[in-house]
This record gives sequence, C-alpha cells and structure tokens, in this order.
Amino acid sequence: MSKIAGNIGQNFGVSTAVTEQKDYSILNLGPTHPATHGIFQNVLTMDGEMIVKAVPTIGYIHRAFEKLGERRPYNQITPITDRLNYCSSPINNMGWHMTVEKLIGCEVPKRAQYLRVIIMELSRIADHIVCDTVIAVDTGAMTGFLYLFQWREKIYEIFEEICGARLTTNIGRIGGMERDFNEKAWSKLQAFIKEFPKGLKEFDALVTRNRIFMDRTMGAGAITAEKALQYSFTGPNLRAAGVDYDVRVMNPYSSYQDFEFDIPVGTNGDTYDRYMVRMEEMWQSLRIIEQAVKNLPDGPFHADVPEFYLPPKDEVYSKMEALIYHFKIVMGEMDVPKGEVYHAVEGGNGELGYYLISDGGRTPYRLHMRRPCFIYYQAYPSMIEGGMLSDAILTMSSMNVIAGELDA
Amino acid sequence: MHQQQNPSASQNIIELHDSVKDALVAQFGEGIIRTQIDYDFPVVIVSKRVLHDALAFLKNDPAMGFTFLTTMCGIHFPANEGEEFALMYQLHNMEKNLRIRVKVFMSEKDLTVPTATDLWLGANWMEREAFDFYGFKFSGHPDLRRILNMDEMNYHPMRKEYALEDASKHDKEDKYFGR
Amino acid sequence: MSKVDIKPEYQPEGLEGQGFFATSLDKAVGLARANSLWPLPFATSCCGIEFMATMASHYDLSRFGMERLSFSPRQADLLMVMGTISKKMGPILRQVYEQMAEPKWVLSMGACASTGGIFDTYSVLQGIDRIIPVDVYIPGCPPRPEQVLDGIMKIQELAKAEKGNRRESPQYKAMLAQYGLE
Repeated sequence: MSKIAGNIGQNFGVSTAVTEQKDYSILNLGPTHPATHGIFQNVLTMDGEMIVKAVPTIGYIHRAFEKLGERRPYNQITPITDRLNYCSSPINNMGWHMTVEKLIGCEVPKRAQYLRVIIMELSRIADHIVCDTVIAVDTGAMTGFLYLFQWREKIYEIFEEICGARLTTNIGRIGGMERDFNEKAWSKLQAFIKEFPKGLKEFDALVTRNRIFMDRTMGAGAITAEKALQYSFTGPNLRAAGVDYDVRVMNPYSSYQDFEFDIPVGTNGDTYDRYMVRMEEMWQSLRIIEQAVKNLPDGPFHADVPEFYLPPKDEVYSKMEALIYHFKIVMGEMDVPKGEVYHAVEGGNGELGYYLISDGGRTPYRLHMRRPCFIYYQAYPSMIEGGMLSDAILTMSSMNVIAGELDA
Repeated sequence: MHQQQNPSASQNIIELHDSVKDALVAQFGEGIIRTQIDYDFPVVIVSKRVLHDALAFLKNDPAMGFTFLTTMCGIHFPANEGEEFALMYQLHNMEKNLRIRVKVFMSEKDLTVPTATDLWLGANWMEREAFDFYGFKFSGHPDLRRILNMDEMNYHPMRKEYALEDASKHDKEDKYFGR
Repeated sequence: MSKVDIKPEYQPEGLEGQGFFATSLDKAVGLARANSLWPLPFATSCCGIEFMATMASHYDLSRFGMERLSFSPRQADLLMVMGTISKKMGPILRQVYEQMAEPKWVLSMGACASTGGIFDTYSVLQGIDRIIPVDVYIPGCPPRPEQVLDGIMKIQELAKAEKGNRRESPQYKAMLAQYGLE
C-alpha cells in the first residue's frame, strides 16, 4: 500500500521535486481511542494520510508489579501475574508456579502437568480469539467478534468449574493444581472440543478469504525476520515474520515434549500473516488439548511439598503438623532456598519470563518479568512509519498489545 | 550475594559454561571477574569497563553466537558496599538453543553504563525501564527518559529505600487509616 | 379478546385518557434518557475485557439501549471507567469527564477504579472518586457481567428519577466545586 502512494506523483505527471517545506499535521492517537485496545499514546506526525513519524508513550497503566513482587509472599504473587496478559491469565499463573517450583526443586507429577497443559492451551485459544476478532472489528467486521465470543464464554465456564473465576483465574498452586477436574468440567471440556471446530470454521469462512479483509491486511505493518530478531520479538509476531521460535519446543516445560503439534510460520510478517498464525495456532492448541485428554495419566494432581501446598482440611483440623503448615503457608512464612532462577513459558504473545532472585526471605528479593508485549511494542513506530493511518490501526491490533503486559 | 554453585547442573550446561568462560577470558582477561552456574544458567560477571565489548563479542563471534537479547534488568543490593547496583543481561543463542546470563556490578556513585542499543535495537526500552526504576545512565542511548512512570517523578522507585506505597500519603483518606 | 389490564412497570404515574397520557416532563424525559444512554467505555485493563464479554451476544448490552458506544466524550452520556487508573492517566480521565456535556453519569467498574483495588502502589490512583464524582460503583475484580448489568440498571434508575433542574441546583454545583470542576 505504501509503495503505491509513493508513485502517485509520477502517475499524474506532477513533479515530485516539491519544496522541502512540507506542512505536517500532528495527530494524537491518544490514550483513549476506540481502536487502541488498551491505553497507550502515539503522537503521529502526518503528511496527509501517511505517517511520517510516530512517538509512542506508555505507562498509563503502570501498576508497579515488580515492586509489588518484593512485598508479597510467593503464593500471593499469583493474582498479580494474572493481571499481566489478562486475556490468557492461566498461562501467566502457570509460568509463575513453574518458576517457584524450579527454585525449590519440586517435581510436579505427570497428571498435574497434563492438566496444566490443557488449561494453558485453552487460555491460548481464548487469547487468540480476542486478538483475531479484534483485528476483524478494526476492519469493520463486527459479526465475527460476536460469533466467536460465545466460545470464549464456553472457555470461561470451564475455568469457572476448575477455579471459580472467569478472567483473572489465580489457577493452580505451587506444586500442582488445587483440585482435580470434576465431572462437570470434563463434560464441558468434551463439549468444547467437539463443538469449537464448527465455530472456528464459521469465523474462518467469514474472514480469512474475504476479499476486503485480505486487501486491508496484506502488506500492512510488515517487518522482516532480521529486524524482528533485533527487536527481540517472540511469539506469534516473530513466527509471522518467518522464525519458528516457540518456547514450548525449544525449552519444553510441563510435558510439552509429549505432544505432537506444528508451529505455524508466516512469510512477510504483515498483519495478514499475524492473523493467520494465530488462527492456525488455535487449531494446534485444540490438537494438543485432544491429545492431553486422551493420554491423561492417573496419579496425584499435586506434588508432595507440604511447605507450599495447603494440606487437606480434615488433616488441618486433626493433626498438628498440618495445622502448622497451613498457618505458615497462609501467613506467607515459607522457607525458600536462596538463588536466582529464570523460567520462561510461551504466553499468548511470546516468551513470558520470570527472573526471580530469592534471598531466603518470605518474599522475593527481586522479581523481574520479561513481558513480550513491552519488548515488541518498541518496533511499532518503525512498522508504521511510511504507511497510512488505517494500516497503523490494524498493525496495532494485530500485534495484540495488551496494556497490562506492556506496563506491568 | 545470591550466588549458588549448582553441581547437579546437566553436562550440557557445564560444557557451555566452560566454553564461554574460556573464550571470554582469552579475549578479555581480567575484565571477566567470575563465572558460575545458577540452576541452569551459566552466569558471567564482568567489569563495567569491558561490558560493551563482552556483549559485542558474545553476539558477533561465530563460535559464541548469542544474537538474541532475551531481557535485561537492574537489581539493587543496598547491603553490598561498593557494589550496590547490578545489571543483568540474558542472551540466547537461538540456533543452538543456549542461554547465558551476563551481570555487571557497580557502585552507587557511578551509574553510567555503556548502552547496548547499538548491538540490539530491542535494548532501547529495556534500558529506559532500568533508568526509570533505578537511575542507570546509559551513555549513548538515543532517548533516555522515563518510560513507565510519570515524567515529573523525581525519584527512582524500585530502589530498596523507597516504599511500595506513595510516599506522600496523600493518595488515601486519612480518616480510614487512623492518621 | 378480553380486556387485559396491563400496567407496565416502566410507565410513570400520570393521567391517562382516550388518546393521551399526561405526566410530568421530568418523568417522561427520564424514561427516554434511561433507555437510550450512550456509554463511553473508558476501558483500561482486565475489566475492559469483561466489558467486552458483557457487550458480546451472551450478556447483550444493547438490550438496555446501549447499542451505540460513543468513544467521543462530546456525544456520550455515561462514562464507564473500567480498570486501573494510574496517576499518569488521571489528568486524561478528568479531561474526558470535563468534555462530556450535562447530563452525565459516571460508573466505576471494578475494584481498581473504585478504590485502587489490589494495587496499593505509588503509581495507581486510589479510586477515581478522588478526581471526578462517581454515581455508581461496581465492586469485583473483575465483576461478573451480571454485576455490570446490575450497575447499569442502577444508572438507569438514577436517570429515570432525576429531577429536571438537578444539574443547575446549588448542591450539585457545590459538589462539582469540591472536585475543582465548574
């Protein structure tokens, strides 16, 4: 699109050797804007419809997670991690639990790992539903959003059966899961696995090969693989540019090596590729969930770490050790070894890493979260400069910029 | 402060640690202060003088090949006299799937550090975040200003001497808090 | 067809006759306003996603007349603040509130907007009622869509019951002066 605009002068016989004194207008794509899903500001210097320069400003929802992490004990940090990428909060929770388990050297049983995989892949589907429908809404196609959000409600119902909450789930515990899936959760999960392909195919048929959608999104906001790697991109945005880097495959965690799935990779790194990579990832996530449900091993759903995992209630009321452990865990007095650990999971947007320094106290000494959104949003100005304003909007929504993860 | 030798690290990690240590010491000699293994990461502690060159070496040398900057952050150890602040860089060699950590310690009197934006474009905002939270001055950074906090803020909030809550205590109703 | 005496609940009290219905202007205007509010979704974080779920087809918001979301404050009636407001965002929220025309209502959704929520930190504004007057608070983190609809219905009741000259009255102006607004 931007290439055509550059040639218009020659087409109409107008000399392109215009005077250098151009009158640029400043447009504030402000923090409150219908199309910026989240609050971040971009001050655009525009030459008509074309963007000459973009200066982003973030931090409008800075909630000081890293400082909060130094105040709260380990099990109380999980609700904070929920609010990072809140469209797929179970992945953030599991990443945090795995980091602490790495620190204390806890081995989680296979059944708990498979259950975690099911929950993480369900939330990945939920995250990609939000992103893909929002790309369609920004091109004007509201219908896909309304149809596909019904499936998000079904995922919410499954989460509710497991942990009680819809969006900010605080799911799982250090050492495994807080409870096994009950009958209703299994039946809802089976119904979802059976019915969701129909819903996704419907959305696919509406949008993917739609002429208008393809014209709008192809070529918009492209980025090359080399540039993306320079900017430390990860996740679907990097895969759309052509690099098949997925933390689940490179550094498998929680038994991902047992599952067979493909990593979709794009070619240009433009909006259409990002949309398609996420669509295909939803199919692959469904595949992983089916395999996990089929091959689910029996066994305990949590590890035997009494210092971190709440003991069963009847033991708390009858045995002394269980009562003491319960008290210590709830008050946050856990004995954590000293050390530094880094663990990364494949979040909805890329490599979500937790760097944890523990000094043996009840709270972390330093908690740094490697937030993929923060890191790849740096490239946004270079992706939109030279393009048109409408492409800038689509680029932003296709990058899936979640404000909670951007600012933390 | 928080060092831990991990003798049970797997053979690959120990080999990686040894090869990185040998290559770096051969190149920089005393600039490399110490190396260790923390859980599953080889950690290299360098002096500020050789930091930029060491990072460039790790990125550009074909035998090393750590071309991807995963993350960087600042850390504050008020108890360490003379080495109160630290910066941590995590690098990733995607082709061979190897990760290492580079750390540099410095005194609170001199927080100027050479920037890494000429090596990785992604270090731009990471360094701005480290400046915002701790006050590191990255020399050569194209646009060093606050990124997450308000521009008017006059202190660096992640330092240990500052509390989590607003210091002015104006943000809450006094009558609910007994003051 | 037998004569059925239907007294719809939404019908205000008045004098009814053949072909006419007389009631007070306030009640008629309130009825019209309540069922056609144009909300401004000021969505900042997780509550915004729950609002998207409320707007979607399962918990439809357009049943309440809020089909048309207005992102321009000049054309909005109801400012729905959903999510954490940081101190950096405070002046922008206030500017948006000032740009809205009377009559306007403010709905604070979620714990973060009401009181700062779980984020008792240096950067988070501990409740939007420190900078703008709020009509309805919806607690929750995030509140379920049913709670959001409950809050919206309370706003509708407020709009229905509003007296015509409330916005000109000295008490209202004194309340605005407390916040430093005109």
